[in-house]
Amino acid sequence: MTKQIVEMMVNGETREVMVEPRELLIYVLREQLRLTGPHVGCETSHCGACTVEINGKSVKSCTMFAVQAQGAEITTIEGLGSPDGLHVLQESFKEHHGLQCGYCTPGMITRAHRLLQENPNPTEEEVRFGMAGNICRCTGYQNIVKSILAAAAEINSASEAAQ
Amino acid sequence: MNDLTPDRDERVANLKGLGCSRKRVEDARFTQGKGNYIDDISLPGMLHGDFVRSPYAHARVKSINTDAAMALDGVVAVLTAKDLEPLSLHWMPTLAGDKQMVLADGKVLFQGQEVAFVVARDRYIAADAVELVEVEYEELPVLVDPFEALKSDVVLREDLDGQTEGAHGPRKHHNHIFTWEVGDEAGTNAVIGDADVVAEETMYYHRTHPCPLEPCGCLASMDKVNGKLTLYGTFQAPHVVRTVASLLSGIEEHNIRVVSPDIGGGFGNKVGVYPGYVCSIVASIVTGVPVKWVEDRMENLMTTAFARDYWMKGRISATRDGKITGLHCHVTADHGAFDACADPTKFPAGFMNICTGSYDIPIAYLGVDGVYTNKAPGGVSYRCSFRVTEAVYFIERMIEVLAIELNMDAAELRRINFIGKEQFPYQSALGWEYDSGDYHTAWDKALAAVDYDGLRKEQAERVEAFKRGETRTLMGIGLSFFTEIVGAGPVKNCDILGMGMFDSCEIRIHPTGSAIARLGTISQGQGHATTFAQILASEIGIPADSITIEEGDTDTAPYGLGTYGSRSTPVAGAATAMAGRKIRAKAQMIAAYLLEVHDDDVEFDVDRFVVKGAPERFKTMSEIAYAAYNQAIPGVEPGLEAVSYYDPPNMTYPFGAYVCVMDIDVDTGVTDIRRFYALDDCGTRINPMVIEGQIHGGLTEALAVAMGQEIAYDDMGNVKTGTLMDFFLPTAWEVPNYETDHTVTPSPHHPIGAKGVGESPHVGGVPCFSNAVQDAFRPFGLRHTNMPHDHWRIWKTANGLGLHDT
Amino acid sequence: MIPPSFEYHRPTDVAGALAVLAEHGDDARVLAGGHSLIPMMKLRMADVPHLIDLQDVAALKGIEIAGDQITIGAMTTQHELIASDALHAAAPIIREAALQIADPQVRYMGTIGGNVANGDPGNDMPGLMQCLDARFTLEGADGTRTVAARSFYEAAYMTDRDDEEILTHISFAAPRGGYAYEKQKRKIGDYATAACAALIEREGDKVASASVAMTNLSDIPVFSEAAAAALAGSACDDAAVKAAVAAALEDIDPTEDNRGPVEFKMHVAGIIISRAIQRAWSRA
Repeated sequence: MTKQIVEMMVNGETREVMVEPRELLIYVLREQLRLTGPHVGCETSHCGACTVEINGKSVKSCTMFAVQAQGAEITTIEGLGSPDGLHVLQESFKEHHGLQCGYCTPGMITRAHRLLQENPNPTEEEVRFGMAGNICRCTGYQNIVKSILAAAAEINSASEAAQ
Repeated sequence: MNDLTPDRDERVANLKGLGCSRKRVEDARFTQGKGNYIDDISLPGMLHGDFVRSPYAHARVKSINTDAAMALDGVVAVLTAKDLEPLSLHWMPTLAGDKQMVLADGKVLFQGQEVAFVVARDRYIAADAVELVEVEYEELPVLVDPFEALKSDVVLREDLDGQTEGAHGPRKHHNHIFTWEVGDEAGTNAVIGDADVVAEETMYYHRTHPCPLEPCGCLASMDKVNGKLTLYGTFQAPHVVRTVASLLSGIEEHNIRVVSPDIGGGFGNKVGVYPGYVCSIVASIVTGVPVKWVEDRMENLMTTAFARDYWMKGRISATRDGKITGLHCHVTADHGAFDACADPTKFPAGFMNICTGSYDIPIAYLGVDGVYTNKAPGGVSYRCSFRVTEAVYFIERMIEVLAIELNMDAAELRRINFIGKEQFPYQSALGWEYDSGDYHTAWDKALAAVDYDGLRKEQAERVEAFKRGETRTLMGIGLSFFTEIVGAGPVKNCDILGMGMFDSCEIRIHPTGSAIARLGTISQGQGHATTFAQILASEIGIPADSITIEEGDTDTAPYGLGTYGSRSTPVAGAATAMAGRKIRAKAQMIAAYLLEVHDDDVEFDVDRFVVKGAPERFKTMSEIAYAAYNQAIPGVEPGLEAVSYYDPPNMTYPFGAYVCVMDIDVDTGVTDIRRFYALDDCGTRINPMVIEGQIHGGLTEALAVAMGQEIAYDDMGNVKTGTLMDFFLPTAWEVPNYETDHTVTPSPHHPIGAKGVGESPHVGGVPCFSNAVQDAFRPFGLRHTNMPHDHWRIWKTANGLGLHDT
Repeated sequence: MIPPSFEYHRPTDVAGALAVLAEHGDDARVLAGGHSLIPMMKLRMADVPHLIDLQDVAALKGIEIAGDQITIGAMTTQHELIASDALHAAAPIIREAALQIADPQVRYMGTIGGNVANGDPGNDMPGLMQCLDARFTLEGADGTRTVAARSFYEAAYMTDRDDEEILTHISFAAPRGGYAYEKQKRKIGDYATAACAALIEREGDKVASASVAMTNLSDIPVFSEAAAAALAGSACDDAAVKAAVAAALEDIDPTEDNRGPVEFKMHVAGIIISRAIQRAWSRA
């Protein structure tokens, strides 16, 4: 099958890739753009390890073809923070032991990022419901939930202080 | 030496050593998406492997035609058993003394079995080529029930037909693998025969799967120029993989480098050696370029590493006042098509003989019969030491059933049968020496914490309300008290493929006072890089933040048996402490020389050696390290390095007391975990934050197994639960918050008294969740019902008890 | 899990999509959110030589509320349904049901059109649409036609939609009275073991009218006219609810799967239907 050019804005940069229509976005991100943060876990859109943000939505990139992302704005875990300045969520996951093997973590944090954009002050129940598309096998979620709630509090107090 | 010297507490805190909730050093890369897992590794020219797999559970392979696949542009090779046979690699030895087909040799024995291996330029072409391989099958009768298999004329393992002796003694039938017996059967039968009270129960511990979020995979790279094979992969025991790879391939061991990169969870799934590894190695040797194979989720669930699948029949006897007098257990163990169970060689049923649990049982017997069926091989220890989850589930159910028989409270029955604190070290009837414990204290603390009497009162009121028709929700109080046996193990008892189960640590102190330590283990999320540095910090007085921990590269790490069965802390942790003590011993000589006193006149104090009685005269470890490299010290070699290979004198025996409170909707079978309290005693606590995280995770995996997670087959041997739609992995929504607690009873034989903790919550959690379900129905006459307790099975239990009759 | 090759089409209007369908017939399928179709393609259980991505067809998006008439474009996502306060005010049962579908990520992508059109008996929206007596607008080469949700489903994955038609809109009258969407599932992301949508209008102490429909309890969604009739005119007391449940159970035909055998499903269906009716009545 002939390849076609797909142009996407990935973590703030315009990127062009040549893909076959059947190439899944997760593999294109991981293998062509070398953004190996998002992972492949279940391949049937249950586990959320491949979660990235596309046009303001949390998306399981194993269940999307790269061609569908033509013109899209994509944020992966690599776009959330840098070694010199981690995102609040990244700091919070470290601080509250919100991860163990780390495999689900990029999808978790990317999803949590969107959740807090939409609901900056969630209850524990809302965090659990909002994170239910991401499976973690190691932590039992308790510290993930704690990390997200703490990050929300941190972001809110920072924005209050700024006002 | 000056007023600026920080006080002792500050110096201790600065080390971030034992007992400190140090934040994890791994997390910087993981939170930024910079972990390096197997599928993140890419080598130039790398090819991709993919399997043609059997759709049938039992069939003769009449022919395999690879022409169409080979004709596809981009396909480099298609391997079948015929191609592997000249290399004697069409079969491989298993960890259990059996052998296993690498690629189907004449027949297939389980659904999803590897039939051919396609190697292609990319994963897309490989997947297309898999579709083009034509395999002609002739279906054979399928055996999915081990009891049927033992009666059937159908011979599953034709390669073994006529062999009456297996790796573990005589075989009674062509589908029988072994009989393993421990204890005194005649004596046990006699005691049970004469007992006041006997409870009997048969229980099935269903087949399940560890299902780490990252599936298994490897990348083999044969460098033909230098004759070196590098193998990257999801290996929980990289050194053993190197040895096996050498034995199988004939490549000398020094020419093989095995690297376990970051591993996305293991839970036992990544202990075994799988056909994908062998095929990738062969394909790389044949093609001379790197070959990667990573399984998908369905392949993972269907073919690599099942767990459990034990049919357990028990009899337990007691005096009328509840003192247990004897225990008899027989297991029919479904091992699938090949006996590939991952146990120490001399233990074909693992440590199932820990099934006397936490109780002082004077006489006991365990018999296990292993059986072949048309299911996937594996038999790994899913988040537990070898078969300990099965053993603890068995005894914790037998206790409950005995309590029913005695009409006694199950908490009290446990209390009066606990091994007493004064009885340690305790010799169990089935041959183990428990190192230390204080069960009564833990139990009392747990029951007080949850207000056990109050819960029972509430439950009784609920039962009355239910009978009056005021509620349709019952309340269950799940209890479990477990004793784990971890840290395999003493080399005299425990080996894998002949390799003694010691472990190792090698330390190098750098001139400027920082260090690197390498171990024979490999983290899969446990946080070794954080916690082993803490052990060492306390031992050698160098801050944990200045110590790099490295594992998983066999070219650099000392030989070790890997990470599973909670053995890292008990064995490699001990090796770390012992190697640290060697460093300290040499440091002492250097310090004495620098301080111009006799060796015996200095003593270690947190991060320095001080002159006894003159604490103002000291040398810090940093100063000592520098001196080790820049001073000629008479009688002392330059440098500051040490290595320790630790053969533990015994296993360690962590224990814990768990209580679960659950509400059950009788009409729908829906459950709600209201409360879960977990008290763990893992001896000395290295990092409380990490311990707590391990407990949350282990309990969640226990919840999954008890409440719904299974690998189910239909009568044709088709896997019914091959994707995450049906294989139950709970989300944040289904999981409760847990309350954690602890007591500390150090191991007397471990250098720092630590016991290992990662698997305890799974081992103790499964019976606790299950007992909560069963306890809810006890007032209505339930004795036992099998897991998993999903909605329909709970409903069935309620239905069978007449609770839906109006 | 790698899908077979296909050709990708991304039309910007319905006519463009219809043209591809007309050209390739059976070989072409439209892609909405993709969370049913793409896994099937990856498992090689669906072979789609021509995939028509509808994301750029603006005419298929949006929620329109005119008086008591609600029209929803087929490409409107579950997330958008949930987020729309206007829709929630007009038809709160939609948010209640949509929140019980799949998980957050899937709801950002999954569309109402995909959910109703592909005929998967596990999907929640078809039963809900039957409960609401919605109408589906289908557009094909010969023009546009409207089909009632209650007569759209023929068998699992078989609907009244012609291969060369596209389901473009869903419309229904804003429901009045009480509502409930009750669903039992094993976990987040699962299909229903049993689910039921109920709408009840109250007049004084009596049920003026009712509508009851069920999900995943037959190979198609089931609207139970008899259950509605059993409730109408009653005080929605125990006897009436019982009669309605009995009537609804007559209309379903569940099959055994990993969620449990038929006997269990029939029992749970009864409980879920009764809870849906009682909750709808409590809000009526």
